[in-house]
Amino acid sequence: MLVWTVLLASVLAVGAFLAGQTRASALRVAGGPALHSLPTYHGLFLASGVITGAVVAGLAAILLFGTQSIAVPAAAAIGAAGAGAALYPRIASAFRARNLFERFVLAVLVLCSAVAVLTTIGIVFSVVFETIVFFRQVSPLEFLFSAQWSPTSTPASFGILPLLVGTLLITFIAILVAGPLGLLSAIYMAEYASGRMRSVLKPLLEMLAGIPTVVLGFFAALTVAPLIRGSGESIGLTVASESALAAGLVMGMMIVPLISSLSDDIINAVPQSLRDGSYAMGATKSETIKRVVLPAALPGIVSAFMLAISRAIGETMIVVMAAGLAANLSINPLAAVTTITVQIATLLVGDQEFDSPKTLSAFALGFVLFIFTLALNYIALRIVQKYREQYD
Amino acid sequence: MDMMPQAVVTPPSPRIMAERQVRIEARDVNIFYGEKHAIKNLSIAIPDRAVSSFIGPSGCGKSTFLRAINRMNDTIPTCRMTGDITLDGNSIYDRDLDVVQLRAKIGMVFQKPNPFPKSIYENVAYGPRIHGISNSKTELDEIVEKSLKRAGLWEEVKDRLNHPGTGLSGGQQQRLCIASAIAVSPEVILMDEPCSALDPIATARIEELIDELKQNYCIVIVTHSMQQAARVSQLTAFFHLGILVEFGDTDEMFTAPQEKRTQDYITGRFG
Repeated sequence: MLVWTVLLASVLAVGAFLAGQTRASALRVAGGPALHSLPTYHGLFLASGVITGAVVAGLAAILLFGTQSIAVPAAAAIGAAGAGAALYPRIASAFRARNLFERFVLAVLVLCSAVAVLTTIGIVFSVVFETIVFFRQVSPLEFLFSAQWSPTSTPASFGILPLLVGTLLITFIAILVAGPLGLLSAIYMAEYASGRMRSVLKPLLEMLAGIPTVVLGFFAALTVAPLIRGSGESIGLTVASESALAAGLVMGMMIVPLISSLSDDIINAVPQSLRDGSYAMGATKSETIKRVVLPAALPGIVSAFMLAISRAIGETMIVVMAAGLAANLSINPLAAVTTITVQIATLLVGDQEFDSPKTLSAFALGFVLFIFTLALNYIALRIVQKYREQYD
Repeated sequence: MDMMPQAVVTPPSPRIMAERQVRIEARDVNIFYGEKHAIKNLSIAIPDRAVSSFIGPSGCGKSTFLRAINRMNDTIPTCRMTGDITLDGNSIYDRDLDVVQLRAKIGMVFQKPNPFPKSIYENVAYGPRIHGISNSKTELDEIVEKSLKRAGLWEEVKDRLNHPGTGLSGGQQQRLCIASAIAVSPEVILMDEPCSALDPIATARIEELIDELKQNYCIVIVTHSMQQAARVSQLTAFFHLGILVEFGDTDEMFTAPQEKRTQDYITGRFG
């Protein structure tokens, strides 16, 4: 029924457009008063009125009778016809159709952005409420400061510290890998590579970003982790078969394209006049990059790093496969650790009762994660704002 | 290319050249941007301790030739050059020449003021730092102060050397760029329409500055303003469609040009 409703409303809207345009054109007579708006705007005005009528009436019918009912297209048609009939007589030479249509456009744009914002607010609130329920059963102090995470054992223990440390450890390793690799390859692409080289390299690097993280995950678990274990043991180190190092390395590779691609765009946006000024002073290419280009691009590069960190913190699949589920409080990169996202995933897999502390703890973890990435985004935003107007 | 009309080059009169030696000399220079032939068979001799101005309609190649003098065209991949340019008799396109040292000797000021997003002090200290000119902080302080004084900016900025250079007005920014350029003690200063983004008062200050600087430097200035060429320069070169049409004493050029094209341009018949 919905398809028919949309089709019907579109036909009515096109009809309204033509009717409005024709009526306005007819008002244009030699010697008569000038039209305030072009006939097209009268048509657009009538069409937007008809669409609004159809959408409002159609949505009301969906709420009352469900999507399958024949009442939906009927209501939409009645709404459209009613709006059209009410607005059609208003078309006159002095009528400000252009201004009203502009307002309609504005309203549509505001509505679209409101959907995204409201969804975010809704998610935040649902997480916050479930977190409050969780904290009624488990003390926040235990949650924040206990070093023991075992939600399934009896008695269960909910200490976030091992997860937090694991998350930070893996993210740190990932940034240690991706930061230099990404930034240096961005500098190569933006400043040194010839146009042809760049047009080959950039899509290749972005292809790396297109590999699903599940694939990277089993690459980490089946190839990288045994490799690290083998080489570690050959020099006498004890390495867990699932290690933070393996997960961090592969996660680093995952975010290399993110950093390099963003940094490349940012470096390219530094005005050529700054480079020319530096070259004309007798600076070499690397001096120019180090002392002029990178400082000018710094705010953008920092926000690229922040984005990459947020991405690493939120990554789940690679860690599930490569770093394991053992909640060890350890900063040894060779040990098995687990992260917040992995625990959320394992807590909610399978059939769950929604009022046990075990399930609810996922919301608390999600809340912490959310605060974390929010803080990172905020820091990135502030850095960008602080330095944005430096070159102009 | 052989069919190219030859430029009429009036040798600079003895009056100007007598007490000055030739600093920059170009012989049979041709410059191409891809397929576009931007400079055609250009030969010119530019004297020391004087201001030479390049005038001509947009796209006539005067900026292109200016940028060839300190090899800034090297940064444009499609740009190609034949012929030779010498500085004090030594080819600047010599294979063994270090372009970094060449640019330290030939400073450049651009059309749009382009201070770095650093403090005023750091802007001026940039060149001396990369060339290792100063050994100590006091020495660097002296160079910065001296350069800003010569650029006529010291009095305005001495209390805020740590403020960003980009916060200055357009005219101040351009004088800051001139200060940065002279901080590395160049011998030649190239200016690519240095006043086109400035108001008349700031322009007058820059012109005064150019007049003072010519005591010590060989200055080449590209300008769209014929009045400016007449005011600041001792020699004027007129470019048209990539050809150097006429080169000679400024006062003669503006009163009795040898070429009809020059006369048409300076009387505003085209351009």
